[in-house]
Amino acid sequence: MHTKTLKALSDALSAGELSSQELTQHFLDRIKQHDPGVNSFITVTEEQALAQAKAADEQRAAGNATALTGVPIAHKDIFCTQGVKTSCASKMLDNFIAPYNATVVEKMNDAGIVTLGKTNMDEFAMGSSNETSFYGPVKNPWSTDHVPGGSSGGSAAAVAARLAPAATGTDTGGSIRQPASLCGITGLKPTYGRVSRWGMIAFASSLDQAGPMTQTAEDAALLMNAMAGFDPKDSTSTDIEVPDYTADLNQPLNGLRIGLPKQFFEDGLDAEVGKVVQEAIALYEKLGATLVDIELPNTHLSIPAYYVVAPAEASSNLSRFDGVRFGYRCKDPADLEDLYKRSRGEGFGEEVKRRIMIGTYALSAGYYDAYYLKAQKVRRLIKNDFDEAFKSVDVIMGPTSPNAGFKLGEKASDPVSMYLSDIYTISVNMAGLPGISIPAGLSNRLPVGLQIIGNYFDEARLLNVAHRYQQETDWHAQVPAAFA
Amino acid sequence: MSWEVVIGLEVHVQLATQSKIFSGSSTEFGAEPNTQASLIDLGMPGVLPVLNADAVEKAVKFGLGIEAEITPKSVFARKNYFYPDLPKGYQISQFELPIVGKGHIEITLEDGTTKRIGVTRAHLEEDAGKSLHEDFHGMSGIDLNRAGTPLLEIVSEPDMRSAKEAVAYAKAIHSLIRYLGISDGDMSQGSMRCDCNVSLRQKGEEKFGTRREIKNVNSFKNVEKAINAEIEWQMDELESGREIQQATVLYDVNKDKTFAMRSKEEANDYRYFPDPDLLPLEVTEAVINRVRQSLPELPTQKIERFMAELELSDYDARVLAADRVLADYFETVVKESGAKPKLCANWVSVELLGALNKNDLDIDSSPVSAEQLGGLVKRIADNTISGKIAKQIFEELWINGGTADSIIEAKGLKQETDTGAIEAVVDQVIAESADQVAQYLAADDNKRKKLIGYFVGQTMKLSKGKANPQMVNQILAKKLV
Amino acid sequence: MALDKEDVIKIAHLARLQVADSEVEATTERLSSILGLIEQLQAAPTDGVEPMAHPTDAVQRLREDVVTETNHREEYQQIAPATEEGLYLVPKVIE
Repeated sequence: MHTKTLKALSDALSAGELSSQELTQHFLDRIKQHDPGVNSFITVTEEQALAQAKAADEQRAAGNATALTGVPIAHKDIFCTQGVKTSCASKMLDNFIAPYNATVVEKMNDAGIVTLGKTNMDEFAMGSSNETSFYGPVKNPWSTDHVPGGSSGGSAAAVAARLAPAATGTDTGGSIRQPASLCGITGLKPTYGRVSRWGMIAFASSLDQAGPMTQTAEDAALLMNAMAGFDPKDSTSTDIEVPDYTADLNQPLNGLRIGLPKQFFEDGLDAEVGKVVQEAIALYEKLGATLVDIELPNTHLSIPAYYVVAPAEASSNLSRFDGVRFGYRCKDPADLEDLYKRSRGEGFGEEVKRRIMIGTYALSAGYYDAYYLKAQKVRRLIKNDFDEAFKSVDVIMGPTSPNAGFKLGEKASDPVSMYLSDIYTISVNMAGLPGISIPAGLSNRLPVGLQIIGNYFDEARLLNVAHRYQQETDWHAQVPAAFA
Repeated sequence: MSWEVVIGLEVHVQLATQSKIFSGSSTEFGAEPNTQASLIDLGMPGVLPVLNADAVEKAVKFGLGIEAEITPKSVFARKNYFYPDLPKGYQISQFELPIVGKGHIEITLEDGTTKRIGVTRAHLEEDAGKSLHEDFHGMSGIDLNRAGTPLLEIVSEPDMRSAKEAVAYAKAIHSLIRYLGISDGDMSQGSMRCDCNVSLRQKGEEKFGTRREIKNVNSFKNVEKAINAEIEWQMDELESGREIQQATVLYDVNKDKTFAMRSKEEANDYRYFPDPDLLPLEVTEAVINRVRQSLPELPTQKIERFMAELELSDYDARVLAADRVLADYFETVVKESGAKPKLCANWVSVELLGALNKNDLDIDSSPVSAEQLGGLVKRIADNTISGKIAKQIFEELWINGGTADSIIEAKGLKQETDTGAIEAVVDQVIAESADQVAQYLAADDNKRKKLIGYFVGQTMKLSKGKANPQMVNQILAKKLV
Repeated sequence: MALDKEDVIKIAHLARLQVADSEVEATTERLSSILGLIEQLQAAPTDGVEPMAHPTDAVQRLREDVVTETNHREEYQQIAPATEEGLYLVPKVIE
């Protein structure tokens, strides 16, 4: 049952072959049995899940079910869930019971989707390995001494280990696509503004975007149908119609123009990973696509620009965690300054504090122009590169990450080397474009992802291109042996 | 040494919207603590601001009211600092591109002269909450009801040269925002607050001196007193050869002194940057035109009309047009009484304003309504009562209410215009004043003019003020021959 | 660009983060290495390039001026570290 896709489970539920309560119980049991070795969940909402499942079954019986009614999923612990701990994997919010639902959660609830629990992540989504969580690192189900990637590492690992049929994630610099790649699942980061950010605890507001993490592109399309859409509560969400993302999944790829950026295949790309990606691209050629060499000349600047913009926004976004209205408060503050400094000093982990300090510095008097403004200009250059490329191609392909999963602890002490592992994903956030990572093979028995980048609001095409590949291959269906 | 005072004002005006600038919470004053603090106002994790259309419209109105450029695309920025009444750790404000650009406003000084004061900019921002310093076991209490109330911060050029000019400017802004209906301007509730930047320089010097900023002054009276106290302090310092350090100060009303706020350890570094949660704010020509159409008559236009159409003096027109409510009051009196505007103007600006001042009331809370005063002036104009009796009736209206007509009726104050009745009284006065009559008859014309006053006074006294004074004069002149 | 310890102490204060004396040196080193990465930006030719603050070219959408919120004080203050009489308590605020 647990290896079935969301689509298959949805069909089985519609056909009356199983109930949501059975299904939900099955996954709860699996979490109980397998999660201790993976650590992909921070909170399991068993009671609530079963209640939701019961309601879903009743809804089905009453004949007013959606395609996803009764299907269980997990939410990254960055989404506010009313009455349920929402920690952002931080000591700062270890005691935070969210007083409201994120729009994404609300929409999923409305669709009848069951919430199994809240998944582990890098603290405040800052990390690429899931090692910065207050609740301990997540292990890669393919090899438990490897990282699952981050920051949505818990969601990726839970789906890879089939502890949940699907999960939500958020992506600020690659946080959906990179862990999807490292865990061998499908992860879509939609266009900035496609999915509401209301209730999603902000890391970098101009970069953050929520998306689905699933076994297949078809499942991602199903979840997008439930997640996407304009939200009056989010001024930056875009008011354009949401298509049925499942409608065009099977469109043939004849004549599809695939751009291959030279800069995505240069030094720094692991040879094995490169080989896997090239094989995937070759398959697309067989499916009728044409390959076009393109340039994204400012790719190398995306990391330095990102590490100004994201920390700058984060330094401000995280100022609200001050020990006054919610969250961690230090013991016996001597005065106001002590309250702030110790609550924040003790409540935040090292990486979060580093980024707050970098951002504070980049915005401070005398450095604003040299860092923040400069980074914003470079951001424009990066976007211009993509705009230029999309004049001659329909999608852009390359690796999601330069390596397959690395070992726990391997990069933990060297933040800069960790940052560099997001080289292929960050520019997509800087431009605000949609991107998807799909499993395309293995390197040393660890999954490798193919990244497909689309033009603004072209998610349907990305899902179509990914789906056709998954019709021809079965990388997405492979499950790590221990969890099969 | 001869010093010149340079003053610039930053006026914070609470915009009279129903809901807050970025949330759907009520802005009503005086609610129980934190009952009007929503998720957004509390800065909960994951919340996002959505801008209030009416706050934007009110800011545009103000911009048009000072003939300023409206910025086609203005930008919201975050001003970052930690303070318990600032829930997010940053204030959403506007920094580089404010919604309202350069404009100007005219002020009237006490001697009736006018001066144009430049307005550098006006920008939208959110208000902070309040720290209550009552002792909660050595702690302060935070109320966030006010957090997120829309503010328009109006920054003047350093164009004022005295505390009086600063007050006149503050009053002009106050008048304008009330005319525009964008704020109640109630300073006692903090709807309008002034920060005053004060510096001194030697006469003839081009360069500005170092300024100190007096924060949060909350009445016109205190604007004047605080600035004068600050000028005195700075002058003492400079005369003693000390330098002024840039500082933020508060005014202590009881001591009539300014004192520096506990100096922050670091210079303020607010780390302004464009708020990524808010896209650029576009104000199109179409919106500007629509708002322009909706603008009421503004003070300067009203002054012109009062002079041209109602034939008021420049002085009267300015006094009456200074406040929209006052101007409306005056026009109602004119309409209700059907009397000459000049007579109405006297009654409003002298009698009514005098009484209000004496009782420390403003026009909004006048015990005598415009209709009541109009009814009174009507009876002066149609000679039913004399001006003197009218004052008596006004007092009666002030204390007990009612209408002028009912008081005239009840107290029998109707002016005596019956010739026979007045003649009878005059005859009585003449009969009882043989000495004065002899004196009068012996005097030349010049002296007679002085002496006649006695007879008029006696006649009025005897008639309890009801005799028509002109008729008394005529009859006396006829009889004293 | 390398930071010195004084810089780090100043930044930590601005950001209201306690950094123990014993951590200042290591923090300085790590922040400096990150700034080293960021420094690559300076080589980028950006004359005449318009800064990009948002990924979209859209403009701000406005909300109608309507009160939509009701009082949830009890609920919201359940998760607060310290409240009394409906107020959030903090160590004494001195101006």
